[in-house]
Amino acid sequence: MASGLRILVPVKRVIDYAIKPRINKAQTGVETTGVKHSLNPFDELSIEEAVRLRERKGPLKVENILALSAGGPKVPDVLRTAMAMGADRAFHIDVPESADGGPEPLTIAKLLRGVVEKENINLVLLGKQAIDGDQGQTGQMLAGLLGWPQANQASKIEIKDESGTVEVTHEVDGGVETLRAKLPMVITTDLRLNEPRYASLPNIMKAKKKPLEKKTLADFGVEDTRRLKTVKVTEPPPRKGGGKVEDVDGLVSKLKELGAL
Amino acid sequence: MASKPQLSRLATLRPRKLHARATEFLQSQDPDLSESQRMVRESIAKICSDFPDEYWARVDSSHQFPTELYDALAHQGWLGICLPQRYGGSELGISEAAVMMQTISESGAGMTGASSVHMNIFGLEPVAKFGSDEQRERWLPPLIAGRERACFGVTEPNTGLDTLKLQSTARRVGDEYVLSGQKIWISTAQQAHKILILVRTTPLDQVQKPTQGLSLFYTDLQVPQVQITEIAKMGRAAVDTNTLFFDHWKVPICDRVGAEDEGFRIILHGLNAERILIGAEALGLGFAAIRRAALYAQEREVFGRPIGKNQGIQHPLADSWMKLEAARLMIYQAARLYDEGYTGGEYANSGKYLAAEAAFEACERAILAHGGMGYAKEYHVERYLREIFIPRIAPVSREMIMNHIAERVLGLPKSY
Repeated sequence: MASGLRILVPVKRVIDYAIKPRINKAQTGVETTGVKHSLNPFDELSIEEAVRLRERKGPLKVENILALSAGGPKVPDVLRTAMAMGADRAFHIDVPESADGGPEPLTIAKLLRGVVEKENINLVLLGKQAIDGDQGQTGQMLAGLLGWPQANQASKIEIKDESGTVEVTHEVDGGVETLRAKLPMVITTDLRLNEPRYASLPNIMKAKKKPLEKKTLADFGVEDTRRLKTVKVTEPPPRKGGGKVEDVDGLVSKLKELGAL
Repeated sequence: MASKPQLSRLATLRPRKLHARATEFLQSQDPDLSESQRMVRESIAKICSDFPDEYWARVDSSHQFPTELYDALAHQGWLGICLPQRYGGSELGISEAAVMMQTISESGAGMTGASSVHMNIFGLEPVAKFGSDEQRERWLPPLIAGRERACFGVTEPNTGLDTLKLQSTARRVGDEYVLSGQKIWISTAQQAHKILILVRTTPLDQVQKPTQGLSLFYTDLQVPQVQITEIAKMGRAAVDTNTLFFDHWKVPICDRVGAEDEGFRIILHGLNAERILIGAEALGLGFAAIRRAALYAQEREVFGRPIGKNQGIQHPLADSWMKLEAARLMIYQAARLYDEGYTGGEYANSGKYLAAEAAFEACERAILAHGGMGYAKEYHVERYLREIFIPRIAPVSREMIMNHIAERVLGLPKSY
């Protein structure tokens, strides 16, 4: 059935992981203006894996890698990065920027279902979560909506044969688990999967010429409905300085004193 | 926030990490940068974040060429940033190359990191512009791929900045030239495969104009007729600087760039670009110095409070930031003008002058802000100070720049 892999890699532009987030004054979310943004690290892993699937020349040829991101006018930056790393084309789903974290995972999952159907996708590689909202839901919801098999938090992905058998290894409590499924499927990626490459300068230049199409949620029959309301966002309480104990006995008695033992 | 443990895990799993404070602290949001300049800055910052200050301190004390950074930049295609796409380059402008060099230097790599690739970035522009198709095909791809390193030989011990009086000669004998003479301040010559060298082909008293009679060659350097001797110097020990003595050095005629006797005109073409790049490298080091000083001033506590709370610490650093920014604006203006085809030298020279002076002051202040610790190698700022003398002196002295401005801009008589 699967003559080749047509991969969809949804990506998100998030506050750079090296930056300490600050809560905005209105306490509705994290301050994003004037803050360095970059490609969500987990999504970098999915792009890298899609490109590696192509380079491995496994039993199934990669026909096409489509990167997609929903967001405001700066979103093309991360899509260009994705294409510089090796994605063939990109969709920018134009969604106005908002301070409330943007569309909810279910909205994005419905959008992705629409894209999968229209673009005849047979493998979706997603980061297991975005490091801003940390919701970690989109991949699972998408698999549910499509009725496709899913494998989450992959640390290894192997295409076994031409009929589209896929083996995915992931870490679970107490060890590693290997799952086997048939395409089409949804896979979410975890840190141990690979080490993303830096895009080379010539590839960055080439990416500027790759097709980037602007689309809307409505193009895929999706509305940006909000089911959740953020009441308040606050900083965690400042950490109180700890005390020092002399030795193990001191530690034990201290813990007893505090009622922890 | 569930993300915290994930983030720390991310940082330990992957060797690449950004200097979080550095990029957040200064300059990552320069509002004036173009989209492609920003792309260069972010990409280069990523690559350089694998090479922390400790790496540069180590190569400085061990005198080892920073091959790892050189290879990383070559591997990612950065050495061809300004060279034609046909040969594997990316054909970006000096505006982008300047951002690249500033960012390398600013990562803590300083002049060591910058000089390791400096020649590749723009040095072969004369070849790209004036070389034949055959020469470009032969020379540019290996240079861009990082397989061949090149150095640049103009200055001579007996003539200094008086380039038109160069004494090294090339005599035409059949299909070859025979070169004899000496060169000084030739960086990376210990390992460079090639040299772009300017020598006299017609004696000075036989040319119509003093700018004639010099010819440019790009040729193999590691031959027995060339004796390369390293000069021990104040800073940037990892990237060697040398004197060259050569006699009966046979160079095939096909290694001559452009027409005979026209070498000076060819070399002149790239001088403004070189000044812009050196100026950008100086800026990077200046910004690195005040970044380290500001970070140190925040954490160092004396008399029960961080020293950064004192205006005596704050103001010199703030003043340095303003001066560096002012110089940066001129450097990038010069770069933009250069890319637009402007050939005047006043902005490129002045920008280099201002950048180097501002950066020197910033490095000095960074040491003073550190107090005694600033004198310790562990804090890196003393290394910056030793290196920042390079852009103050090279490729043209402060005094010659002032002569240039006095003569060309103010219309005053030539003083030398």
